[in-house]
Amino acid sequence: MEQNYFHSVTLDKDKCRGCTNCIKHCPTEAIRVRAGKAVIIKERCIDCGECIRICPYHAKKAVTDTIGIIRNYEYKIALPAPSLYGQFGPTYSRERILKGLLGLGFDHIFEVARAAEIVTMATQKYLKNPDIKKPIISSACPAVVRLIQVRFPSLIDRLLRIKSPMEVAAALAKREALAKGIPEGKIGTFFISPCAAKVTSVKAPYENNRSDVDGVLAIKDIYVPLLEKMKKQKAEGDDGFSLSGSIGITWAGTGGESSALNGGRYIAVHGIRNVNAILEQTVQESLEDIEFIEALACPEGCLGGPLVMENPFVAKVNLRNEARRAPVRMSEEPLGDDEEYIWQSTVEYRPIMKLDDDMAKALEKMQRMDELTDILPGLDCGACGAPSCRALAEDIVMGNAILTDCIIKLREKVDELESGSE
Amino acid sequence: MGQVIIRDFEIPANDFTVAGEASSTVRKLLVQLGVAPDKIKRTAIAMYEAEINAVIHGHGGKAHVEISGDKITIVISDEGPGIEDLDLAMQEGYSTAPDSIREMGFGAGMGLPNMKKHADELDIRTEKGKGTVVTITVYF
Repeated sequence: MEQNYFHSVTLDKDKCRGCTNCIKHCPTEAIRVRAGKAVIIKERCIDCGECIRICPYHAKKAVTDTIGIIRNYEYKIALPAPSLYGQFGPTYSRERILKGLLGLGFDHIFEVARAAEIVTMATQKYLKNPDIKKPIISSACPAVVRLIQVRFPSLIDRLLRIKSPMEVAAALAKREALAKGIPEGKIGTFFISPCAAKVTSVKAPYENNRSDVDGVLAIKDIYVPLLEKMKKQKAEGDDGFSLSGSIGITWAGTGGESSALNGGRYIAVHGIRNVNAILEQTVQESLEDIEFIEALACPEGCLGGPLVMENPFVAKVNLRNEARRAPVRMSEEPLGDDEEYIWQSTVEYRPIMKLDDDMAKALEKMQRMDELTDILPGLDCGACGAPSCRALAEDIVMGNAILTDCIIKLREKVDELESGSE
Repeated sequence: MGQVIIRDFEIPANDFTVAGEASSTVRKLLVQLGVAPDKIKRTAIAMYEAEINAVIHGHGGKAHVEISGDKITIVISDEGPGIEDLDLAMQEGYSTAPDSIREMGFGAGMGLPNMKKHADELDIRTEKGKGTVVTITVYF
């Protein structure tokens, strides 16, 4: 398996009760319950956050940075995701939220929504290229990119090879700071994130060799301190922090990225299962009349991210109100070099679903899995710790489980022994 | 010679919601077996087209799939009306699908040409009034 593979979703063992909720909901079957506790098979985890949302005991969490990290840098720039604006009701305007961030110790703000506008413009140009095969799939959601890497290798060349708004924001913010004469090593950029997968994409970026983001803070972690700051600050006044238009703001929700592209046949799909179904259709080339697929792993897009506070449907209203007040677009057309926004590295196929490197052996294993699947009860109850009977069969073949992990099979065996001993 | 993985699927008539399930199941098996991505893609495309054809034209049918170390063979058979003029049907854009099917975005006359394009071997046996058997082979 791959070395140094990082993912940000982890388990709090003390809270885990070993139930079957997470294993049943994981889209890549990356979780098993072993010895009464969930275990994440790290190579398979795509950081979609499904398990964080589903766990009734809050035993799943995402590793993010703590606010203290910003003290490592002299010039601290906050990169708030547009979903942050949806977290507060009408009392707290975007301008107030951004000013509040300064109160938390940041020296400067660069709205990721601003970068989203630039990414939108770059995408419009990208889609005009007659040589690219459509539909193009958005690469803004790192969990979707990872899903494609493990499950849909033939769709890798459909990914939009433009950097995510977060990366563009970080790069532009750093450039602005450098232009002000601040030395490079002293500038720190911090993404305020609704999302666990972004932590991973900062540590192991797919668009650059190295991310321009220096830290990722969870929206839910800064929510309370930010609210307190805002309450203390005076409400009125425009300090000119809000520099993105409604195009950038609406990226936070579903349909934002695609509708910003204006016209054409674009679809917006959200929720990892829906994304999976659409990708399945894309592989079969039955969506060739679609130009662009906005695909977001979370229900309701980033507003439904695992690290947000507000209910995504409420957040949607908050965000809509904020977008209504803003001009359509505020960012300038990117000057000159479009290359700047194009990926500098490539996304590779990660064949982690593969049973064996040797095809003959893989066939043998699959054959054995078929035999095991036939004798297993087919209840998909999850009591063995695997999400389905088929998954248990795979685990047995791979040497990670035994047949009597199945409680039905165990009972059969006990009955057999008892009747034998009579 | 070597192991052969076999799968059989029912393809229900006129049910587009189920169409594509067989090819997507097969695609997942190929990913697990470590087959090269472009072969998986070609298989998925060709098989999906054949499946859809069976749904639209063949009143449903069956898919029989065999995967071995060097190839995948997919046999899709139906007991539909058969293909009247196979040469014509192989032409891009030629379609006998009714308007109701076209309105759903199918029946563009690309089914058989697409199968031919993506399969390494394509064998079609058809008999008027009896049905059609399409055999798709992709070598790994």
